[in-house]
Amino acid sequence: MNYWRLQWIAYCTIVRKEVRRFTRIWVQTITPPAVNALLYMLIFGGLIGSRIREVDGFAYMDFLIPGIIMMGIITSSYGNVVSSFFGTKLQKHIEELLVSPVSNTTILAGYITGGVARGAAVGMIVSLVAMFFTDLRPVHPVTTIFIAVLTSIMFSLGGLINAVYAQTFDECSIVPNFVLAPLTYLGGIFYSISMLPPLAQKLSLFNPVLYMINGFRYGILGISDIPLWQSFAVIMVFIVILGTIAMTLLNRGVGIKP
Amino acid sequence: MTALEIQNLVKVYDKDTYALRGIDLTVAEGDFFALLGPNGAGKSTAIGIISSLVNKTSGSVKVFGHDLDTDVVATKASIGLVPQEFNFNGFEPIINTITNVAGYNGIPFSVAKKRAEHYLKRLDLWDKRNAAGRELSGGMKRRLMIARALVHEPKMLILDEPTAGVDIEIRRSMWDYLSEINSQNGTTIILTTHYLEEAEALCRNVAIIDHGQIIENGAVTKLLSQAMQETFVLNLYSDLTEAPSIKPFTTRLRDDANQLEVDVPKGESVTSMIDALKNRGIQVGSIRTKSNRLEAFFLRLIGKNDGAAP
Ligand SMILES: Nc1ncnc2c1ncn2[C@@H]1O[C@H](COP(=O)(O)OP(=O)(O)OP(=O)(O)O)[C@@H](O)[C@H]1O
Ligand SMILES: [Mg+2]
Repeated sequence: MNYWRLQWIAYCTIVRKEVRRFTRIWVQTITPPAVNALLYMLIFGGLIGSRIREVDGFAYMDFLIPGIIMMGIITSSYGNVVSSFFGTKLQKHIEELLVSPVSNTTILAGYITGGVARGAAVGMIVSLVAMFFTDLRPVHPVTTIFIAVLTSIMFSLGGLINAVYAQTFDECSIVPNFVLAPLTYLGGIFYSISMLPPLAQKLSLFNPVLYMINGFRYGILGISDIPLWQSFAVIMVFIVILGTIAMTLLNRGVGIKP
Repeated sequence: MTALEIQNLVKVYDKDTYALRGIDLTVAEGDFFALLGPNGAGKSTAIGIISSLVNKTSGSVKVFGHDLDTDVVATKASIGLVPQEFNFNGFEPIINTITNVAGYNGIPFSVAKKRAEHYLKRLDLWDKRNAAGRELSGGMKRRLMIARALVHEPKMLILDEPTAGVDIEIRRSMWDYLSEINSQNGTTIILTTHYLEEAEALCRNVAIIDHGQIIENGAVTKLLSQAMQETFVLNLYSDLTEAPSIKPFTTRLRDDANQLEVDVPKGESVTSMIDALKNRGIQVGSIRTKSNRLEAFFLRLIGKNDGAAP
């Protein structure tokens, strides 16, 4: 059989399986980020935001919304791949892939697409929720979509690497809780870094999530603390690094093949 | 053509666990081959390496002429694996398990659905097609893995203890099915087993593996004829205080003083053994064979190999 046709069919199969997985358990996978986003918008955007003056010329609610959407995309993409791939490993049906003529590139692409699909689903649900609070429409829709998809790819890769190393379910939640959450909260969802003291501003520039949230905010509001090209550059560099690591791990069979 | 050619295959797991100490093995296309050995012998390790689940330490493996190191896509495409342990998604309807694996092998979804139906029906699982894997009984799970291994119609089917935990009736029908696949489709079949009857009933060739080494390899019939002795258990009319010496037979008293175990070497007749006992004034009431000849042979081989070098 033609090699590329085989890989394409295998890729579609993995994606179909992944999408079926998170839609089957949608109560766990889609609703929590939507509920979270709703709470943030009610409490921070609505209650507290009404007492805050404009940020960078936008009502606080409007300033907040892109970050909230992005937060949903980041956590869902990462969470989807880490839990799906880890579950596959734990239940050992990863072996179905290992014995089949599927290349590691195809496996990686399939799982990453699954993560992006979940990120997209959550991103859209959160955007729908946001429509109750604002009548914003993206100023640069293409940029918005590009930044969202690339960010989703990046965090899906992170989730896969985490799953390869994880031995227990606990080890799947360490990075999301102790690395991702702080970086996201400090990544300029709630504030513009221009509101920070100079040192904190400088430190913030080392936080990669800042570049994604600002890139996305640029897409929707047309404003950003960071030049757009820097946002793209940071995301691309991370995708290349994480992608290389993930490929190497799969090729060596780390955590998968004894 | 050779279906499988293994040369000097070595596997060392971490902490210096030598699972394979350099095995050589050749299986001809169309063969029905048994890999026989006790727990921990290295059977699953060998199969894991052939089917790309385990990284080898050194040595070479060729499947239908394709080298595992240089042409892994071709080797994988020609193998269907039924592993020792259940390794499907227990939460998914079993029909999806089959169509997924078909997809991983490049079979388009429309064809995959037809194949899944065919093999699930053939293995008596069609009624369960929408049940989750974990809801199946042990024997059904085993059959699910056979259906899954066949869905891409591989040239070589490898089964790691396929009949473990399967009742006699289903074991029989599994044997029949495997024989049918082997003879009608010409599929090369390799299976591992602890059950000697299984190897004897199904297979043409056998390799015996112990402590990571092949200690015997050849046609089942040849090995059987080499199985040099048969052991009998005799019920005697009177108790004995010690085992009588009747060359060339070896005798042992059993826990019951009126039961005697006698090894009859190949070429000696049972009647001459009974006559020899009669000459000592020992009357034999009844007689039965202690074990399958192959089994006795097998245990002796393993016994010989016990002090294997590290
Ligand atoms: N993943 C692993 N990590 C470390 N050691 C292993 C691993 N898998 C197997 N071993 C060791 O390798 C040796 C051979 O094991 P293997 O599973 O190949 O035996 P087997 O012949 O299949 O036994 P059984 O009949 O019990 O299935 C054993 O000593 C075992 O402990
Ligand atoms: Mg085994």
